[in-house]
Amino acid sequence: MVLDAKVPQGEMKDKWQNYKDHCRLVSPANKRNLEIIVIGTGLAGASAAASFGELGYNVKAFCFQDSPRRAHSIAAQGGINAAKNYSNDGDSIFRLFYETEKGGDFRSRESNTYRLAQLSGNIIDQCVAQGVPFAREYGGLLANRSFGGTQVSRTFYARGQTGQQLLLGAYGALQRQVATGKVTVYSRHEMLDLVVIDGKARGIIVRNLVTGKLERYSAHAVVLASGGYGNVYFLSTNAMGCNVTAAWKSHKRGAYFANACYTQIHPTCIPVSGDYQSKLTLMSESLRNDGRIWVPKNKDEKRKASEIPPEDRDYYLERRYPSFGNLVPRDVASRAAKERCDAGYGVGTTKQAVYLDFAEAIKRYGKMEAHKAAIENPDEQTIRNLGMGVVKDKYGNLFAMYEKITGENPYEVPMRIYPAVHYTMGGLWVDYELETTLPGLFAIGECNFSDHGANRLGASSLMQGLADGYFIIPYTIGNYLADDIKTPAISTKHPAFDEVEKEVTERIQKLMNIKGTKSVDHFHKMLGKIMWDKCGMSRNEKGLTEAITEIQQLREEFWKDLRIPGEIDSMNPELDKAQRVADFMELGELMCRDALDRKESCGAHFREESQTPEGEALRIDDQFSYVSAWEYKKEGEELHKENLTFELTHPSQRSYK
Amino acid sequence: MEHYKMNLTLKVWRQKDKDSKGRFETYHVKDISSEMSFLEMFDVLNEQLIQEGKDPVAFDSDCREGICGACSMYVDGRAHGPWQRNTVCQLHMRAYRDGDTIVVEPWRSAAFPVIKDLTVDRSAFDRVIEAGGYVSANTGSAPDANAIPVSKWAAETAFDAAACIGCGACVAACPNGSAALFISAKVAQLAYLPQGDAERKTRVVNMMEQAKKEGFGNCGSIGNCEAECPKGISIGNIAKRNREYMRAVTSTGPEGI
Ligand SMILES: Cc1cc2nc3c(=O)[nH]c(=O)nc-3n(C[C@H](O)[C@H](O)[C@H](O)COP(=O)(O)OP(=O)(O)OC[C@H]3O[C@@H](n4cnc5c(N)ncnc54)[C@H](O)[C@@H]3O)c2cc1C
Ligand code: SF4
Ligand code: FES
Repeated sequence: MVLDAKVPQGEMKDKWQNYKDHCRLVSPANKRNLEIIVIGTGLAGASAAASFGELGYNVKAFCFQDSPRRAHSIAAQGGINAAKNYSNDGDSIFRLFYETEKGGDFRSRESNTYRLAQLSGNIIDQCVAQGVPFAREYGGLLANRSFGGTQVSRTFYARGQTGQQLLLGAYGALQRQVATGKVTVYSRHEMLDLVVIDGKARGIIVRNLVTGKLERYSAHAVVLASGGYGNVYFLSTNAMGCNVTAAWKSHKRGAYFANACYTQIHPTCIPVSGDYQSKLTLMSESLRNDGRIWVPKNKDEKRKASEIPPEDRDYYLERRYPSFGNLVPRDVASRAAKERCDAGYGVGTTKQAVYLDFAEAIKRYGKMEAHKAAIENPDEQTIRNLGMGVVKDKYGNLFAMYEKITGENPYEVPMRIYPAVHYTMGGLWVDYELETTLPGLFAIGECNFSDHGANRLGASSLMQGLADGYFIIPYTIGNYLADDIKTPAISTKHPAFDEVEKEVTERIQKLMNIKGTKSVDHFHKMLGKIMWDKCGMSRNEKGLTEAITEIQQLREEFWKDLRIPGEIDSMNPELDKAQRVADFMELGELMCRDALDRKESCGAHFREESQTPEGEALRIDDQFSYVSAWEYKKEGEELHKENLTFELTHPSQRSYK
Repeated sequence: MEHYKMNLTLKVWRQKDKDSKGRFETYHVKDISSEMSFLEMFDVLNEQLIQEGKDPVAFDSDCREGICGACSMYVDGRAHGPWQRNTVCQLHMRAYRDGDTIVVEPWRSAAFPVIKDLTVDRSAFDRVIEAGGYVSANTGSAPDANAIPVSKWAAETAFDAAACIGCGACVAACPNGSAALFISAKVAQLAYLPQGDAERKTRVVNMMEQAKKEGFGNCGSIGNCEAECPKGISIGNIAKRNREYMRAVTSTGPEGI
């Protein structure tokens, strides 16, 4: 199959308008007879489901949490980008597009990224109308801050809880549609497989996580908004339940999986403290606005951070990247931290951490506040108190979180941070309409591969999830469903449902019947270790080849020695986890294969064999300017390539110096 | 900070499903690090139970960083345990000493039935929101975000209320099982913002009526909710909700006027 991205004709800035002008529409009377399944109620899923309901479609929305409001999007901290240029600092749609494209190291489809930038402003309008309490200036207008990889201030935020506030807005819109009867939400339900009838996605098999029973649901189209797969590494900043199952099962039914190896490792997370650790906690990128990152210049530095004088500190980001300094993109900042720690300059007991220091910001803000309040010759304590007030206003919840986890007060001592798995740019391949290679199956939000190329810039995932859900999929799904207006409701008695349900039942029984000796977490941790060591921040041919063999062996062991207590027909969280990990075991191998195929470095994908003399990622455009799209086949995954073309940008060596 | 190890006795509520009778079981866990979170300590317990061939303890958790509102354990008589302004996923074991005994129960409230062990059904909260906890703003119809200025004070005050994570600790801590704090958080958020104005009256009335139907009790101004709320939602919001309610039922005329 040739990959057709279906990018509309016309100039870049006109493409989306052209599409909307010419796509087919479904009349209100026909919408009433059409059903749509949405998997996921995060920003992408909730915004899509609510918007479908408003349009008049009948929607079934699913999530595995006990409430749609708890989707992982709730945890997003720092903010959401939009090219409003409210800051009057030279921002524009083009600039947001360009920086996203460059941040992604020129490995995304220009037309999708451009549309994202075009829609960014509408998102902020919509969210404000819903009552999202964004940060404001004293005059009552919206405030902005900067994020990594950009030189303008275009990030809108609600303290350090932007994702929470945006999701609660979308959740409100969703519940409003539940009240009208247009949307039904199935919480504590997990999609375990996709049902394809005559080549089209027409339904799903889900497990009711309370009763343990399998249930069937049908629709005219299925939209996946099931989030990212960072938990393949076991430890990540993702919520405990994040998983790849919905996307992976769809992949095995015919949807291609793209750029599997592009994983974002976020530079500022609280370091691992022990083997028992269940997840890692992010300290938002927004902290790099005010915090300075450094390590001691001396390998066996014994002094406390505050006692180390400036001349003995290495502000390595400011040193290496003077023009972006602490605000370089995430991939660059993460590798630089790893480089310092590997070289022996790390801090803390494990030596796997660097400092993120607010002492100077506190002083700077304190002086400004004292000046504003016309305090003459303020003493140091007054300045400190005033400065801490400002920092608390901006990052209070993050500082409190840090203190709860580590027991250290970051107003007094610098934070210790280290990179951690955070986001997956890869995902199901989609065309311009966000449709996968399987007709009738759409993928939105983090679970698709679109928009971010090989590295995502901060504050752009919330933007993408909401652009997809509020403003893109409501149009493109109509264009698809226009063919289906005469198709009556799909029966769940169709033999295809019998068949898939039987497969799911057998898979569950097989898992339960292993009756081995080791828990799901045991295997998940082993998998995570292989992935982190060999398909993590830095990769090479030897490691990746070994990883593939190791994963295959681990998978075999998993199917021989797994122990799941409890029963099939009742609530059984261990069984739920086991199914997710079984899919991670397959995905992990694909990620390594994808990483092996891509012999260049780009964005977050760093192949040691391909670097500049200064140790930066070296792209090889003439060989690798493509999206890798993997087709599942029994005998092995087959690689297809979508060649990337560049109309508005000229791929150049990314430089943040 | 100095780290240490401890051995603990746990008394945990076990209940097979909604209709079964529950009971406390006693477990011992060893070598728990003071750096672990409370839920990681439960992971250790569950790993141990699996090794012994027993059913692990079911409990809700997802983000494990205090924001999703999934975790919900009643620890030694307090919703979310001993720390102030804290979710149980953010409680760390340095709160305990070697030899301690800890009693862990689910949320207990008529409106939150237990479905297994420490897991309860909080869907009543979703239905209360469904009754009006939003602004009706169809996708695509919004004016420019800066068209309506909102004072910094109003935005901040609305935010303080909007920080509610919907965990239900306020209900679990209340002798009447009232959802007043939860409802007031949403009502207040939207009452402080101009965007919420048009539906101010119906919102508060409908949400409160739904809460009654769900079996949440009345507010007796006891204040346990505020004390146990992990996000510091102020009981002042309940006063605001009551004013909104009075305003709604006493004033005549259409919405928004
Ligand atoms: C700690 C943290 C901070 C972040 N901060 C920012 C930020 O400041 N700015 C930014 O732009 N991005 C940020 N991100 C990234 C961003 O939050 C996510 O990429 C984004 O929220 C993903 O949204 P989503 O709607 O695609 O998926 P999610 O929010 O992950 O939702 C997935 C949904 O799918 C459901 N689901 C999954 N599988 C199944 C299944 N099999 N059956 C049924 N339901 C299923 C889940 O229940 C859930 O409802 C952050 C991420 C993290 C981890
Ligand atoms: S008001 Fe507080 S205790 Fe109640 S649900 Fe909200 S966050 Fe939880
Ligand atoms: S697990 Fe999310 S708040 Fe505790």
